[in-house]
Amino acid sequence: MVCLPLTAAVLPEDRADFLFHHYEGGGVTINGPSIQARKQLGQSVSVSGNYYVDSISSASIDVVTTASPYQEEREEMSLGVDVLHDNVTISSAVSVSEENDFEAKTLHFTISQDMLGDLTTVSLGYSRGWDTVGQTMSDPLDPGGERRIRDPDFNESANRQTYRFGLTQVLTKKLVASLAFDTVTDEGYLNNPYRSVRFLDATNPDGFDWQGELYPRTRTSRAASVRFSYYLPNRAALQGEYRLFNDSWNIEGRNIGLKYVWPLQGGWLVDFGVRRYQQSSASFFVDLMPYASAQSYYGRDKELSAFSNTTLGVGVSYDLKETFWKRIHRGTLNFKYDRISFDYDEFRDLSGDSLPAPGSEPLYSFSANVFQAYLSIWY
Amino acid sequence: MMKMPAMLLLCVFLLGGCSLQPWVKPYERAHLADPIMSFSRDPVSDSYLNHVYQAREMARGAEGGQGGGCGCN
Repeated sequence: MVCLPLTAAVLPEDRADFLFHHYEGGGVTINGPSIQARKQLGQSVSVSGNYYVDSISSASIDVVTTASPYQEEREEMSLGVDVLHDNVTISSAVSVSEENDFEAKTLHFTISQDMLGDLTTVSLGYSRGWDTVGQTMSDPLDPGGERRIRDPDFNESANRQTYRFGLTQVLTKKLVASLAFDTVTDEGYLNNPYRSVRFLDATNPDGFDWQGELYPRTRTSRAASVRFSYYLPNRAALQGEYRLFNDSWNIEGRNIGLKYVWPLQGGWLVDFGVRRYQQSSASFFVDLMPYASAQSYYGRDKELSAFSNTTLGVGVSYDLKETFWKRIHRGTLNFKYDRISFDYDEFRDLSGDSLPAPGSEPLYSFSANVFQAYLSIWY
Repeated sequence: MMKMPAMLLLCVFLLGGCSLQPWVKPYERAHLADPIMSFSRDPVSDSYLNHVYQAREMARGAEGGQGGGCGCN
Protein backbone atom coordinates (compact mmCIF):
# COMPACT_ATOMS: atom_id res chain seq x y z
CA MET A 1 0.00 0.00 0.00
CA VAL A 2 2.78 2.40 0.89
CA CYS A 3 5.71 2.85 -1.48
CA LEU A 4 8.78 4.31 0.14
CA PRO A 5 9.73 7.49 -1.68
CA LEU A 6 13.30 6.65 -2.67
CA THR A 7 12.86 8.82 -5.72
CA ALA A 8 9.77 10.25 -7.37
CA ALA A 9 6.40 8.51 -7.20
CA VAL A 10 6.43 5.08 -8.81
CA LEU A 11 3.81 2.51 -9.69
CA PRO A 12 3.63 -0.70 -7.62
CA GLU A 13 5.87 -3.55 -8.78
CA ASP A 14 4.64 -6.18 -11.23
CA ARG A 15 4.04 -9.25 -9.09
CA ALA A 16 1.68 -12.15 -8.51
CA ASP A 17 0.78 -13.92 -5.25
CA PHE A 18 -0.81 -17.33 -4.77
CA LEU A 19 -1.98 -17.67 -1.19
CA PHE A 20 -3.81 -20.39 0.71
CA HIS A 21 -5.37 -19.38 4.02
CA HIS A 22 -6.75 -21.47 6.86
CA TYR A 23 -8.53 -20.24 10.00
CA GLU A 24 -9.83 -22.44 12.78
CA GLY A 25 -11.15 -21.43 16.15
CA GLY A 26 -14.36 -21.21 18.17
CA GLY A 27 -15.96 -24.04 16.17
CA VAL A 28 -15.37 -22.24 12.86
CA THR A 29 -13.11 -23.39 10.04
CA ILE A 30 -12.53 -21.10 7.06
CA ASN A 31 -10.07 -21.69 4.25
CA GLY A 32 -9.51 -21.01 0.59
CA PRO A 33 -7.24 -19.33 -1.95
CA SER A 34 -6.39 -15.71 -2.63
CA ILE A 35 -4.76 -15.01 -5.99
CA GLN A 36 -3.54 -11.53 -6.78
CA ALA A 37 -1.67 -10.19 -9.80
CA ARG A 38 -0.46 -6.80 -10.93
CA LYS A 39 0.97 -5.70 -14.29
CA GLN A 40 2.22 -2.38 -15.60
CA LEU A 41 0.91 -1.23 -18.99
CA GLY A 42 3.18 1.32 -20.61
CA GLN A 43 4.91 3.90 -18.46
CA SER A 44 2.05 5.24 -16.39
CA VAL A 45 -0.65 2.61 -15.89
CA SER A 46 -0.74 -0.46 -13.65
CA VAL A 47 -3.68 -2.87 -13.44
CA SER A 48 -4.37 -5.42 -10.72
CA GLY A 49 -6.83 -8.18 -9.93
CA ASN A 50 -7.66 -10.39 -6.97
CA TYR A 51 -9.74 -13.55 -6.60
CA TYR A 52 -10.50 -14.61 -3.04
CA VAL A 53 -12.55 -17.47 -1.54
CA ASP A 54 -13.72 -18.21 2.00
CA SER A 55 -15.04 -21.78 2.41
CA ILE A 56 -16.80 -21.68 5.75
CA SER A 57 -17.81 -24.54 8.03
CA SER A 58 -19.39 -23.10 11.14
CA ALA A 59 -20.48 -24.51 14.46
CA SER A 60 -19.66 -21.31 16.33
CA ILE A 61 -20.95 -20.45 19.79
CA ASP A 62 -23.81 -18.42 18.22
CA VAL A 63 -24.70 -21.29 15.94
CA VAL A 64 -24.65 -24.13 18.48
CA THR A 65 -26.69 -22.05 20.92
CA THR A 66 -29.56 -21.01 18.66
CA ALA A 67 -29.25 -22.69 15.26
CA SER A 68 -27.68 -25.56 13.28
CA PRO A 69 -24.12 -25.83 11.99
CA TYR A 70 -23.79 -24.74 8.35
CA GLN A 71 -21.39 -24.63 5.43
CA GLU A 72 -21.16 -21.88 2.85
CA GLU A 73 -18.77 -20.19 0.47
CA ARG A 74 -17.94 -16.56 -0.16
CA GLU A 75 -16.27 -15.42 -3.37
CA GLU A 76 -14.74 -12.01 -3.90
CA MET A 77 -13.29 -10.52 -7.05
CA SER A 78 -11.69 -7.14 -7.45
CA LEU A 79 -10.10 -5.18 -10.29
CA GLY A 80 -8.05 -2.03 -9.93
CA VAL A 81 -6.15 0.48 -12.03
CA ASP A 82 -3.44 2.95 -10.96
CA VAL A 83 -2.45 5.88 -13.14
CA LEU A 84 0.76 7.82 -12.46
CA HIS A 85 1.23 11.40 -13.63
CA ASP A 86 4.32 13.21 -12.33
CA ASN A 87 4.09 12.86 -8.55
CA VAL A 88 0.38 12.08 -8.48
CA THR A 89 -1.09 8.57 -8.48
CA ILE A 90 -4.81 8.08 -9.09
CA SER A 91 -6.16 4.68 -8.12
CA SER A 92 -9.60 3.20 -8.57
CA ALA A 93 -10.91 -0.28 -7.90
CA VAL A 94 -14.13 -2.23 -7.92
CA SER A 95 -14.84 -5.32 -5.83
CA VAL A 96 -17.76 -7.74 -5.78
CA SER A 97 -18.36 -10.25 -2.99
CA GLU A 98 -21.02 -12.97 -3.10
CA GLU A 99 -22.40 -15.52 -0.64
CA ASN A 100 -25.62 -17.49 -0.83
CA ASP A 101 -27.33 -14.86 1.34
CA PHE A 102 -25.19 -11.73 0.95
CA GLU A 103 -23.80 -9.60 -1.88
CA ALA A 104 -21.53 -6.59 -1.60
CA LYS A 105 -20.36 -4.24 -4.34
CA THR A 106 -17.76 -1.59 -3.56
CA LEU A 107 -16.07 1.19 -5.54
CA HIS A 108 -12.80 2.69 -4.29
CA PHE A 109 -11.12 5.90 -5.41
CA THR A 110 -7.79 7.24 -4.08
CA ILE A 111 -5.51 10.09 -5.10
CA SER A 112 -2.03 10.42 -3.63
CA GLN A 113 0.78 12.88 -4.17
CA ASP A 114 4.47 12.88 -3.27
CA MET A 115 5.80 16.23 -2.10
CA LEU A 116 8.57 17.88 -0.08
CA GLY A 117 11.32 16.30 -2.14
CA ASP A 118 9.44 12.98 -2.06
CA LEU A 119 9.72 12.79 1.73
CA THR A 120 5.96 13.18 2.15
CA THR A 121 3.11 11.27 0.55
CA VAL A 122 -0.44 12.51 1.10
CA SER A 123 -3.48 10.50 0.03
CA LEU A 124 -7.22 11.06 0.00
CA GLY A 125 -9.68 8.26 -0.59
CA TYR A 126 -13.38 7.62 -0.95
CA SER A 127 -15.25 4.31 -1.13
CA ARG A 128 -18.90 3.54 -1.62
CA GLY A 129 -20.45 0.16 -0.96
CA TRP A 130 -23.82 -1.40 -1.64
CA ASP A 131 -24.78 -4.51 0.34
CA THR A 132 -27.73 -6.81 -0.29
CA VAL A 133 -28.66 -8.91 2.73
CA GLY A 134 -30.70 -12.07 2.30
CA GLN A 135 -31.65 -15.01 4.45
CA THR A 136 -31.74 -18.73 3.75
CA MET A 137 -34.53 -21.10 4.72
CA SER A 138 -35.23 -24.83 4.54
CA ASP A 139 -36.29 -25.89 1.07
CA PRO A 140 -40.06 -26.61 1.19
CA LEU A 141 -39.52 -29.18 -1.62
CA ASP A 142 -37.06 -31.04 0.64
CA PRO A 143 -38.85 -31.20 4.01
CA GLY A 144 -36.56 -32.44 6.76
CA GLY A 145 -33.55 -32.23 4.43
CA GLU A 146 -30.45 -30.09 4.82
CA ARG A 147 -30.90 -28.19 1.57
CA ARG A 148 -31.48 -24.49 2.08
CA ILE A 149 -32.74 -21.87 -0.36
CA ARG A 150 -32.92 -18.10 -0.30
CA ASP A 151 -36.02 -16.76 1.45
CA PRO A 152 -37.89 -14.83 -1.30
CA ASP A 153 -39.69 -12.71 1.32
CA PHE A 154 -36.50 -11.42 2.95
CA ASN A 155 -34.49 -8.84 1.01
CA GLU A 156 -32.72 -6.00 2.80
CA SER A 157 -29.97 -3.57 1.83
CA ALA A 158 -27.31 -1.35 3.37
CA ASN A 159 -25.09 1.39 1.93
CA ARG A 160 -21.65 2.36 3.13
CA GLN A 161 -19.38 5.35 2.52
CA THR A 162 -15.74 5.62 3.60
CA TYR A 163 -13.59 8.75 3.63
CA ARG A 164 -9.84 8.25 4.06
CA PHE A 165 -6.89 10.51 4.67
CA GLY A 166 -3.32 9.25 4.86
CA LEU A 167 0.11 10.78 5.26
CA THR A 168 3.45 9.00 5.04
CA GLN A 169 6.49 10.94 6.18
CA VAL A 170 10.20 10.17 6.00
CA LEU A 171 11.53 11.49 9.30
CA THR A 172 15.19 10.43 9.23
CA LYS A 173 17.47 8.20 7.12
CA LYS A 174 16.20 5.23 9.14
CA LEU A 175 12.69 6.18 10.23
CA VAL A 176 9.44 6.52 8.31
CA ALA A 177 6.02 7.11 9.87
CA SER A 178 2.46 7.23 8.63
CA LEU A 179 -0.83 8.62 9.87
CA ALA A 180 -4.29 7.51 8.76
CA PHE A 181 -7.76 8.85 9.50
CA ASP A 182 -10.91 7.08 8.28
CA THR A 183 -14.60 7.84 8.68
CA VAL A 184 -17.16 5.21 7.73
CA THR A 185 -20.94 5.68 7.58
CA ASP A 186 -23.48 2.85 7.22
CA GLU A 187 -27.15 3.15 6.53
CA GLY A 188 -29.69 0.35 6.15
CA TYR A 189 -30.11 -3.15 7.52
CA LEU A 190 -27.09 -3.72 9.76
CA ASN A 191 -28.37 -6.78 11.68
CA ASN A 192 -27.30 -10.33 11.21
CA PRO A 193 -30.67 -11.92 10.33
CA TYR A 194 -29.81 -15.24 11.99
CA ARG A 195 -28.78 -14.08 15.42
CA SER A 196 -30.95 -13.80 18.50
CA VAL A 197 -30.93 -12.18 21.92
CA ARG A 198 -32.24 -13.90 25.05
CA PHE A 199 -34.60 -12.66 27.76
CA LEU A 200 -35.75 -14.06 31.09
CA ASP A 201 -38.83 -16.26 30.82
CA ALA A 202 -39.93 -18.23 33.90
CA THR A 203 -42.30 -20.34 31.79
CA ASN A 204 -39.37 -21.79 29.79
CA PRO A 205 -37.52 -24.81 31.31
CA ASP A 206 -34.20 -23.06 30.58
CA GLY A 207 -35.35 -19.94 32.42
CA PHE A 208 -34.99 -17.81 29.27
CA ASP A 209 -36.22 -17.57 25.69
CA TRP A 210 -34.97 -15.99 22.46
CA GLN A 211 -36.05 -13.24 20.07
CA GLY A 212 -34.46 -11.78 16.92
CA GLU A 213 -31.96 -8.95 17.29
CA LEU A 214 -32.81 -5.34 16.44
CA TYR A 215 -29.95 -2.97 15.52
CA PRO A 216 -30.05 0.76 14.75
CA ARG A 217 -30.18 1.41 10.99
CA THR A 218 -27.30 3.87 10.98
CA ARG A 219 -23.72 3.76 12.20
CA THR A 220 -20.84 6.23 11.89
CA SER A 221 -17.31 5.36 12.95
CA ARG A 222 -13.98 7.15 13.12
CA ALA A 223 -10.52 5.64 13.30
CA ALA A 224 -7.06 7.18 13.56
CA SER A 225 -3.79 5.31 13.45
CA VAL A 226 -0.08 6.02 13.56
CA ARG A 227 2.59 3.60 12.30
CA PHE A 228 6.34 3.68 12.15
CA SER A 229 9.09 1.58 10.61
CA TYR A 230 12.65 1.90 11.95
CA TYR A 231 15.80 0.44 10.39
CA LEU A 232 18.00 -1.27 12.97
CA PRO A 233 21.82 -1.45 12.68
CA ASN A 234 21.86 -5.23 12.08
CA ARG A 235 19.72 -4.88 8.90
CA ALA A 236 16.46 -5.59 10.64
CA ALA A 237 13.32 -3.48 10.99
CA LEU A 238 11.16 -2.66 13.99
CA GLN A 239 7.61 -1.67 13.13
CA GLY A 240 4.85 -0.38 15.39
CA GLU A 241 1.19 0.55 15.16
CA TYR A 242 -1.34 2.26 17.41
CA ARG A 243 -4.98 2.84 16.47
CA LEU A 244 -7.92 4.53 18.19
CA PHE A 245 -11.52 3.92 17.20
CA ASN A 246 -15.01 5.02 18.21
CA ASP A 247 -18.48 4.88 16.68
CA SER A 248 -22.04 6.11 17.14
CA TRP A 249 -22.95 2.82 18.88
CA ASN A 250 -20.68 3.92 21.76
CA ILE A 251 -18.01 1.35 20.97
CA GLU A 252 -14.50 2.52 21.72
CA GLY A 253 -11.58 0.40 20.62
CA ARG A 254 -7.82 0.55 20.43
CA ASN A 255 -5.04 -1.72 19.30
CA ILE A 256 -1.30 -1.64 19.59
CA GLY A 257 1.19 -3.82 17.75
CA LEU A 258 4.90 -4.40 17.30
CA LYS A 259 6.70 -6.39 14.63
CA TYR A 260 10.34 -7.36 14.22
CA VAL A 261 11.51 -8.17 10.67
CA TRP A 262 14.84 -9.98 10.53
CA PRO A 263 16.62 -11.09 7.32
CA LEU A 264 18.98 -14.05 7.83
CA GLN A 265 21.79 -15.57 5.77
CA GLY A 266 20.98 -17.63 2.67
CA GLY A 267 17.83 -15.80 1.61
CA TRP A 268 15.78 -16.51 4.72
CA LEU A 269 13.70 -13.87 6.49
CA VAL A 270 11.73 -14.24 9.71
CA ASP A 271 9.34 -11.87 11.44
CA PHE A 272 7.77 -11.90 14.87
CA GLY A 273 4.70 -9.88 15.82
CA VAL A 274 2.51 -9.17 18.80
CA ARG A 275 -0.81 -7.28 18.75
CA ARG A 276 -3.26 -6.38 21.48
CA TYR A 277 -6.85 -5.21 20.80
CA GLN A 278 -9.61 -4.19 23.18
CA GLN A 279 -13.04 -2.61 22.83
CA SER A 280 -15.96 -1.51 24.97
CA SER A 281 -19.48 -2.82 24.32
CA ALA A 282 -22.14 -1.30 22.08
CA SER A 283 -24.79 0.70 23.93
CA PHE A 284 -27.45 -1.87 22.96
CA PHE A 285 -25.46 -5.04 23.64
CA VAL A 286 -27.23 -7.23 26.17
CA ASP A 287 -26.50 -10.81 27.16
CA LEU A 288 -29.82 -11.33 28.97
CA MET A 289 -32.80 -8.94 28.94
CA PRO A 290 -35.22 -8.91 31.91
CA TYR A 291 -38.12 -9.39 29.48
CA ALA A 292 -38.75 -9.45 25.73
CA SER A 293 -37.99 -6.21 23.83
CA ALA A 294 -36.83 -4.56 27.05
CA GLN A 295 -34.76 -1.97 25.11
CA SER A 296 -35.23 0.12 21.98
CA TYR A 297 -32.42 -1.83 20.28
CA TYR A 298 -30.91 -5.15 21.36
CA GLY A 299 -28.10 -7.35 20.10
CA ARG A 300 -26.15 -10.27 21.55
CA ASP A 301 -23.42 -10.67 18.93
CA LYS A 302 -20.22 -11.40 20.79
CA GLU A 303 -18.52 -8.81 18.57
CA LEU A 304 -20.74 -6.15 20.20
CA SER A 305 -19.61 -7.18 23.70
CA ALA A 306 -16.66 -5.68 25.53
CA PHE A 307 -13.71 -7.95 24.84
CA SER A 308 -10.00 -8.10 24.19
CA ASN A 309 -7.73 -10.28 22.12
CA THR A 310 -4.01 -10.90 21.84
CA THR A 311 -2.21 -12.07 18.68
CA LEU A 312 1.19 -13.70 18.60
CA GLY A 313 2.54 -14.23 15.09
CA VAL A 314 5.55 -15.62 13.32
CA GLY A 315 6.43 -15.62 9.63
CA VAL A 316 9.15 -17.29 7.56
CA SER A 317 10.09 -16.32 4.02
CA TYR A 318 12.62 -17.87 1.63
CA ASP A 319 13.97 -15.92 -1.34
CA LEU A 320 14.12 -17.96 -4.54
CA LYS A 321 17.08 -16.35 -6.26
CA GLU A 322 17.24 -18.95 -9.02
CA THR A 323 13.76 -18.93 -10.45
CA PHE A 324 12.41 -21.57 -12.78
CA TRP A 325 11.49 -19.22 -15.60
CA LYS A 326 13.65 -16.49 -17.15
CA ARG A 327 10.89 -13.90 -17.16
CA ILE A 328 10.50 -14.25 -13.40
CA HIS A 329 13.36 -12.40 -11.79
CA ARG A 330 12.48 -13.08 -8.18
CA GLY A 331 10.28 -15.32 -6.09
CA THR A 332 9.57 -15.96 -2.41
CA LEU A 333 8.00 -18.84 -0.54
CA ASN A 334 6.23 -17.73 2.63
CA PHE A 335 4.56 -19.26 5.65
CA LYS A 336 2.82 -17.35 8.44
CA TYR A 337 1.15 -18.46 11.64
CA ASP A 338 -0.86 -16.30 14.03
CA ARG A 339 -2.56 -17.38 17.24
CA ILE A 340 -5.34 -15.08 18.44
CA SER A 341 -6.79 -15.46 21.95
CA PHE A 342 -10.19 -13.84 22.61
CA ASP A 343 -11.61 -13.09 26.08
CA TYR A 344 -15.15 -11.71 26.34
CA ASP A 345 -16.15 -9.55 29.30
CA GLU A 346 -19.96 -9.70 28.95
CA PHE A 347 -20.84 -12.46 26.48
CA ARG A 348 -21.64 -15.69 28.31
CA ASP A 349 -21.03 -19.27 27.19
CA LEU A 350 -24.30 -21.24 26.97
CA SER A 351 -22.80 -24.31 25.31
CA GLY A 352 -22.42 -26.46 28.45
CA ASP A 353 -24.75 -29.34 29.40
CA SER A 354 -25.68 -28.28 32.93
CA LEU A 355 -25.78 -24.51 33.14
CA PRO A 356 -26.19 -22.43 36.29
CA ALA A 357 -28.97 -19.85 36.68
CA PRO A 358 -29.45 -17.55 33.66
CA GLY A 359 -27.00 -14.66 33.80
CA SER A 360 -24.38 -16.50 35.85
CA GLU A 361 -22.97 -18.77 33.11
CA PRO A 362 -19.19 -18.58 32.54
CA LEU A 363 -17.88 -15.84 30.26
CA TYR A 364 -16.89 -17.01 26.78
CA SER A 365 -13.33 -17.27 25.50
CA PHE A 366 -11.61 -19.09 22.65
CA SER A 367 -8.37 -19.18 20.65
CA ALA A 368 -7.95 -19.22 16.88
CA ASN A 369 -5.11 -20.52 14.71
CA VAL A 370 -4.51 -18.63 11.47
CA PHE A 371 -2.24 -20.12 8.79
CA GLN A 372 -1.07 -18.57 5.52
CA ALA A 373 1.14 -20.20 2.88
CA TYR A 374 1.92 -18.32 -0.31
CA LEU A 375 4.20 -18.02 -3.30
CA SER A 376 5.08 -14.55 -4.59
CA ILE A 377 6.74 -13.88 -7.92
CA TRP A 378 8.02 -10.68 -9.50
CA TYR A 379 8.23 -10.39 -13.28
CA MET B 1 -7.97 14.87 20.97
CA MET B 2 -7.44 14.75 17.22
CA LYS B 3 -7.03 18.52 16.90
CA MET B 4 -3.32 18.56 17.64
CA PRO B 5 -2.35 16.01 14.93
CA ALA B 6 -4.59 17.87 12.49
CA MET B 7 -2.78 21.12 13.26
CA LEU B 8 0.58 19.42 12.78
CA LEU B 9 -0.53 18.06 9.43
CA LEU B 10 -1.73 21.50 8.38
CA CYS B 11 1.68 22.93 9.29
CA VAL B 12 3.37 20.27 7.17
CA PHE B 13 1.21 21.15 4.16
CA LEU B 14 1.74 24.87 4.57
CA LEU B 15 5.46 24.32 4.84
CA GLY B 16 5.24 22.28 1.65
CA GLY B 17 4.45 25.47 -0.23
CA CYS B 18 7.58 27.16 1.09
CA SER B 19 11.13 26.53 0.01
CA LEU B 20 11.77 23.83 2.63
CA GLN B 21 14.63 21.60 1.54
CA PRO B 22 14.41 17.80 1.87
CA TRP B 23 16.40 16.89 4.98
CA VAL B 24 17.04 13.32 3.79
CA LYS B 25 18.76 13.44 0.41
CA PRO B 26 17.94 10.86 -2.27
CA TYR B 27 21.37 9.21 -1.87
CA GLU B 28 20.69 8.81 1.88
CA ARG B 29 17.55 6.71 1.44
CA ALA B 30 19.05 3.26 0.88
CA HIS B 31 17.86 1.97 4.26
CA LEU B 32 14.38 3.38 3.70
CA ALA B 33 14.17 1.63 0.33
CA ASP B 34 15.01 -1.79 1.82
CA PRO B 35 11.91 -4.03 1.38
CA ILE B 36 12.01 -4.94 5.08
CA MET B 37 11.03 -1.31 5.87
CA SER B 38 7.78 -1.51 3.90
CA PHE B 39 4.55 -1.15 5.88
CA SER B 40 3.01 -3.76 3.59
CA ARG B 41 5.69 -6.07 2.21
CA ASP B 42 3.11 -8.61 1.02
CA PRO B 43 -0.24 -6.88 0.35
CA VAL B 44 -2.10 -10.15 -0.27
CA SER B 45 -1.17 -11.40 3.22
CA ASP B 46 -1.91 -8.11 4.99
CA SER B 47 -5.25 -7.85 3.23
CA TYR B 48 -6.18 -11.35 4.46
CA LEU B 49 -5.18 -10.70 8.07
CA ASN B 50 -7.09 -7.38 8.02
CA HIS B 51 -10.14 -9.35 6.87
CA VAL B 52 -9.69 -11.81 9.77
CA TYR B 53 -9.71 -8.93 12.24
CA GLN B 54 -12.53 -7.00 10.53
CA ALA B 55 -14.86 -10.00 10.81
CA ARG B 56 -14.22 -10.40 14.55
CA GLU B 57 -13.69 -6.85 15.84
CA MET B 58 -16.01 -3.85 15.60
CA ALA B 59 -13.15 -1.40 15.00
CA ARG B 60 -12.69 -0.66 11.32
CA GLY B 61 -10.72 1.76 9.18
CA ALA B 62 -7.21 3.25 9.27
CA GLU B 63 -5.71 -0.23 8.77
CA GLY B 64 -3.29 0.97 6.14
CA GLY B 65 -4.81 -1.30 3.50
CA GLN B 66 -8.11 -2.11 1.86
CA GLY B 67 -10.36 -4.85 3.16
CA GLY B 68 -13.51 -6.10 1.55
CA GLY B 69 -16.65 -8.11 1.91
CA CYS B 70 -18.10 -9.44 5.10
CA GLY B 71 -17.95 -13.23 5.32
CA CYS B 72 -18.87 -12.95 8.99
CA ASN B 73 -22.40 -14.43 9.14
